Amino acid sequence: MSSPPHRLELRGVTKRFPGCLANDQVDLVLRPGEIHALLGENGAGKSTLVKIIYGVLHADAGRIQWNGQDTHIPDPAGARRLGIGMVFQHFSLFDTLTVAENISLGLDQPGPMDALSARIAEVSERYGLSLDPRRHVHNLSVGERQRVEIVRCLLQDPKLLIMDEPTSVLTPQEATRLFETLRRLAAEGCTILYISHKLEEIRALCDTATVLRGGRVVGSCDPRRETARSLAEMMIGTELSTPERLPQGEAGAAKLQVRHLSTTSDNPFATNLKDVSFEVRAGEILGIAGVAGNGQAELMAALSGEALVPDPASVAIEGRPAGHLGPRERRLLGLAFVPEERLGRGAVPELSLSENALLSGYAREPLVRSGLVHFGRARSYAERIIGAFNVVTHGHRAEARSLSGGNLQKFIIGREILQKPRLLVVGQPTWGVDAGAAAAIHRALIDLARSGAAVLVISQDLDELFVLSDRIAVLFHGHLSESRPTHHTSVEEIGLLMGGLFNHPPDEDEVDRAV
Amino acid sequence: MTLLRLEPRGEASRAMVYATPLLAVALTLASGFLLFWAMGFDPVKALHAFFIAPLMSLRGLGELAVKATPLVLCAIGLAIGFRANVWNIGAEGQLTLGAITGGGLALAFYGEGGWWLLPLMIVAGMAGGALWAAIPAFLRVRFNASEILTSLMLNYVALHLLNYLMHGPYRDPDGFAFPESRLFEADAVLPLLVAGTRVHLGSLFALLAVAAGWFLMARTFIGFQIKVIGLTPTAAGYAGFNQKKIIWLTLLLSGALAGLAGLGEVAGPIGQMNPTISPGYGYTAIIVAFLGRLHPVGILLAGFLMALSFIGGEAAQIALGLPKAITGVFQGMLLFFLLATDVLIRYRVRFGAKRAVVGRAAA
Repeated sequence: MSSPPHRLELRGVTKRFPGCLANDQVDLVLRPGEIHALLGENGAGKSTLVKIIYGVLHADAGRIQWNGQDTHIPDPAGARRLGIGMVFQHFSLFDTLTVAENISLGLDQPGPMDALSARIAEVSERYGLSLDPRRHVHNLSVGERQRVEIVRCLLQDPKLLIMDEPTSVLTPQEATRLFETLRRLAAEGCTILYISHKLEEIRALCDTATVLRGGRVVGSCDPRRETARSLAEMMIGTELSTPERLPQGEAGAAKLQVRHLSTTSDNPFATNLKDVSFEVRAGEILGIAGVAGNGQAELMAALSGEALVPDPASVAIEGRPAGHLGPRERRLLGLAFVPEERLGRGAVPELSLSENALLSGYAREPLVRSGLVHFGRARSYAERIIGAFNVVTHGHRAEARSLSGGNLQKFIIGREILQKPRLLVVGQPTWGVDAGAAAAIHRALIDLARSGAAVLVISQDLDELFVLSDRIAVLFHGHLSESRPTHHTSVEEIGLLMGGLFNHPPDEDEVDRAV
Repeated sequence: MTLLRLEPRGEASRAMVYATPLLAVALTLASGFLLFWAMGFDPVKALHAFFIAPLMSLRGLGELAVKATPLVLCAIGLAIGFRANVWNIGAEGQLTLGAITGGGLALAFYGEGGWWLLPLMIVAGMAGGALWAAIPAFLRVRFNASEILTSLMLNYVALHLLNYLMHGPYRDPDGFAFPESRLFEADAVLPLLVAGTRVHLGSLFALLAVAAGWFLMARTFIGFQIKVIGLTPTAAGYAGFNQKKIIWLTLLLSGALAGLAGLGEVAGPIGQMNPTISPGYGYTAIIVAFLGRLHPVGILLAGFLMALSFIGGEAAQIALGLPKAITGVFQGMLLFFLLATDVLIRYRVRFGAKRAVVGRAAA
């Protein structure tokens, strides 16, 4: 094989932030036409590295070569001039503008709108990214919005396309379609740098993987020759123990019953729940899948008591109507709750772990007596959580924000589980959590269910739901599908449901959006 | 090429939280030195007259306590609200209302008082302040109207109400139409605590407020809820803390304390009702609250410091013939330097350019 110059070569790239070395002597070689995975846990330095490549950040030391030439990337515009495009995890689109208008805003030389629309149509067709330039962004699905971002990059004829966690917002079917596009691009010589922590995806898509850990490159490999397990072990640096699924015992009495729950929100961007019904029984884990923004936040709020529902009987905890009760009263009935956002909802960043133990522990633990806080007990409660869930921290005085995502999540889940709830509702239990902590969290959730509590897991991560759940249901546009026993369904079937292919009375604007 | 750089610290510096108020005081003194020097005064003498001389006599110390009393009372209440992100800017108006209601009782029962009058005035003063603060609380909870604006605007309403009363119902019938009330009778005046000074019972209330404020914030579950709501409202919602209740509580509490301060002024050093009860205590208390880091003990110290700026300003007017604005200049400088030095809590200063590192990157 002859060796044309490398598309991009990083040598010894180092970036230091106060208190942490985000990239330490990182070497990375990207060849033309390869799909290259950048793998690593949260905090491994992936996004710092990518931001350096895209000119958002500047390395403290190191060398960048582009097509064999030493180069300096001053800013994102400079990166685009070189031929580097990036699709961010969070889109930057204006809802009220059309696809073409949005794209024109992101281009350095957009040219006249008609010509641009024609080019958009042409490019999107060539890469199988069907997209109508005249449509307004607010009625595009998340997958379509991502296509807008991709097409925006493609119009600049990139030589290197960086994709940051692109499938986290897609259904499995949409992801498959994205992979086809990426393969076609690669075949035309475009290099793709693909950031993800979904190991199966990387095995299916990528030619090469570079693994980062603690800011350093710890290895590179051909992911097609690895197993998901071996990749994960490279990422975390130790052996991984996956939780064993114990056979489910007899499901007991219903701990949570939701009956014809509908919500109406003042927020125009909320997804209202429409006639949602399900129940969770003692001893079982019910998983609710769905792409973000399909009503998960509204369901969580209606269950936790942060939003009250008009009909008290539509949410029943331990058989008692609870729709009109606030979070504290619901906790007294036996509910514990782990919200999706750890910092800023599940924990107060600036407060110590013992104060954060008090945050939700006050209802079910004897931490408050006649209006006074029993700080000694709050401290020992925090220490019990830290001990029981192996939270890595320098003690109960540590501020919540000083913990890594995985450790803080272990602390929050520990705080809820040690309250011995009869019903636990968890949102995205392992989102952004490293593999080691994720395994520990899964273990704890399964143990809790096997000890006789009912557990409801709302997650976008299908792999996780298939590991955890006894039954799975899907939330789509505020409707909930029938639940299916996990061993009688498949990722494909759930994926189709996540795209909206289940029977519900269609409402006016939904049918065309659903596709 | 910069000679001075700010570099973010990994986490907030504990030491700097306490050091920056001292640094701000030092910088204020240094600027005062330059200011007096530029104006042609002997700066040492001027600063001595401003900051030292008032402290050299029992009477001067007593005046310090008298001035600090309303500042501390108001600031304790405000700080508790500020901790919960409830921005009551209306202490001045609440103080005025406390004087109007409490002082009104003293006038209503003129000539027929008894031992019961003073306690009743205290309760009425606190109720008046709380009532005035209840208006922004209601508007915030019911209509989500910013309490910053409503409480601030009510200050002017209170001032006009006071003016109206002083020119009408509260005016001394034998006062030749001067807008002043009768002098309060002995039953309606706060007893003095230290002979030879004007230090009155209100100062004791201020100390009690400091202790109670500390206890509320440090030991009680309400205090914890206030902290959480102020830091992270969504976490408070998750925990099930009632934010509306906390808005009501903090506004009523700070209103009551400001009302007590107002009553303490008219039933204390002033001894009657007049149209200029407060030289802006309610506004200065905002500075006191922040200078004291929203902590009760810090507020006590800051209250004395700001009281000194009032007294020193008066002394400087007399001794040096300086304009009245000098008090405001010093208070302004103090707040300015405090806010400016606060950047040191999250950043550290580095001298010299980032030369070494830049060189390596370019190599």
